[in-house]
Amino acid sequence: MPRVVMTAAKRTDRKEIGDVAMGLGADAGSAGIVRTKHVTFDQPSQELALEGGGTLAPFTVAFETYGKLSERKDNAILVTHALSGDAHVAGRHSANDQRPGWWDMMIGPGKGLDTDKYFVISSNVIGGCSGSTGPASENPATGRPYGTDFPIITIADMVNAQAMLLDHLGVEKLLAAVGGSMGGMQVLEWAVSHPGRVHLCLPLATAARQPTQAIAFNEVGRQAIMADPDWRGGHYYDGKPPAKGLSVARMVGHITYLSDEAMQEKFGRRLRDIHDYSFTFSADFEVESYLRHQGLSFTNRFDANTYLYITRALDYFDLTRRHGSLVQAFRDVTARFLVLAFSSDWLHPPYQLKEIVSALRATHKHVSYYEVESHYGHDAFLLEREKMEGIIGAFLASGARTFVPAS
Amino acid sequence: MRRIDYKLIADLVPHGSTVLDLACGDGELLNQLIRDKGVRGSGVDVSQEAVEACVTKGLSVFHGDLDAGLADFADGSHDVVILSMSLQQLRRPRMIVREMVRVGRQAIVSFPNFAHWTPRLQLFLGGRMPVSRDLPHQWWDTPNIHLCTIKDFRALCLEEGLRIEHELYLSGIHTQPPQRAVLPNLMARLAIFAVTRC
Repeated sequence: MPRVVMTAAKRTDRKEIGDVAMGLGADAGSAGIVRTKHVTFDQPSQELALEGGGTLAPFTVAFETYGKLSERKDNAILVTHALSGDAHVAGRHSANDQRPGWWDMMIGPGKGLDTDKYFVISSNVIGGCSGSTGPASENPATGRPYGTDFPIITIADMVNAQAMLLDHLGVEKLLAAVGGSMGGMQVLEWAVSHPGRVHLCLPLATAARQPTQAIAFNEVGRQAIMADPDWRGGHYYDGKPPAKGLSVARMVGHITYLSDEAMQEKFGRRLRDIHDYSFTFSADFEVESYLRHQGLSFTNRFDANTYLYITRALDYFDLTRRHGSLVQAFRDVTARFLVLAFSSDWLHPPYQLKEIVSALRATHKHVSYYEVESHYGHDAFLLEREKMEGIIGAFLASGARTFVPAS
Repeated sequence: MRRIDYKLIADLVPHGSTVLDLACGDGELLNQLIRDKGVRGSGVDVSQEAVEACVTKGLSVFHGDLDAGLADFADGSHDVVILSMSLQQLRRPRMIVREMVRVGRQAIVSFPNFAHWTPRLQLFLGGRMPVSRDLPHQWWDTPNIHLCTIKDFRALCLEEGLRIEHELYLSGIHTQPPQRAVLPNLMARLAIFAVTRC
């Protein structure tokens, strides 16, 4: 069954449950019961011209919003997601929803991104598999899922699709763009490609160009997927998906999100439910079993082709490519920056964030840098609420005082 | 009450210049420089509270440890680099002075003068490590690990080949400076130096 249809069906379920649950009252500080919405751009003027050539049309963007857009339209914050994220960034889809949105700790009434003050928007990137048009969506030319006929998309393409979503929502200029990892790349792209449309930029745990090591890990993931016999050149939607390959890709990715110290602390060499080695290849170690579980559960919610397309977009990201140098890339930037690094992040170590800061500073842009002390590795930006909330809240509040509407 | 030392430092900073304030704390000096002198200023501080306080004020601030130097700042990238009342707390004060004149055209350094007569007397007569309004800590918990005197700093400038453009003395951060400095190394509680590379 094509994934687009599945998403539509799921959406209806959520709405019904959500409507019932509305009266139950949300837990304190929660964005409450939220619903993923969809907008389809199908007018001739709404074709998305892609960086790699060609166009994407029509296309759908899945998004969620929290809080209210002010009358002056000066309180909109776009939150951009990382590789495996989606539009569901805060709140719950139903009263008994076990998993809140992926950055629920930061978004809600009284939280860092205070939904009593700000209108928070998040969307699933194009190429994604959580409601926005991606390789699992129907190709209008064939009536079947795109598979690998889906065009290669880039971070800039994702951002241009978000810009159209903002047009749709009547948001001319963002108070802030906030995101970690691939989300941070989108934030940087926003500042560079749409300098007049964003006042504050908050890139976390990211880089201005995908580092070599990250390309290398992504390539291992892609090879794992493509080596799975179920992948079948990417046209597997009428049969079994390449779950084994995707699962291995996720396991590799997951290792890069942790740190030596965090793994040591979380698992050590502990064995799982046994007192001694089994002297087999079964998952004796807790860390093995954890990774297998992470890999497997990922295959239930993620499309293998999307993994290929999005890691490609990550690898192609390089702000210096179009502009010669990073300093040159940031020349027209008007946004104020708060750049957050995490001490134990080895996927995007602090030096990569400092590179962004130095390039901005070279032309005297307004930029602040803060390094969060954490042993959680790359994932720290999803976990260290207490260490980030204060500074992020302060940055947003100071930006709200200096916001200048789009000219 | 406005700090006189901040005002004297501000008087040394050219209007509209680019300023880097090291160990900027809550950003009060930077704020004054931006407001009164129209500078393009940013700060550096190692503490989370300081960085957050600066961000709250809308200032541009870099979270970094001065003991590691200023590797993230390019040669000659600023007109003025300031280090206000923190030199004595750094592990490698000589290195940071060197870094200041590398990154900035001019360096402004202020510090408590350990040769003021009160610490001299406390040590000479009392035989104890001096504790005063300016240096309120006991020897075992003081952050001031590299105290120096006006003469010491002049000697460092000489050794580093730095030209002293201005040398100002105060008897307190809220006290107007004297008309004429008499025996500054004995009488001044604080000193402000503006130096450049020769």
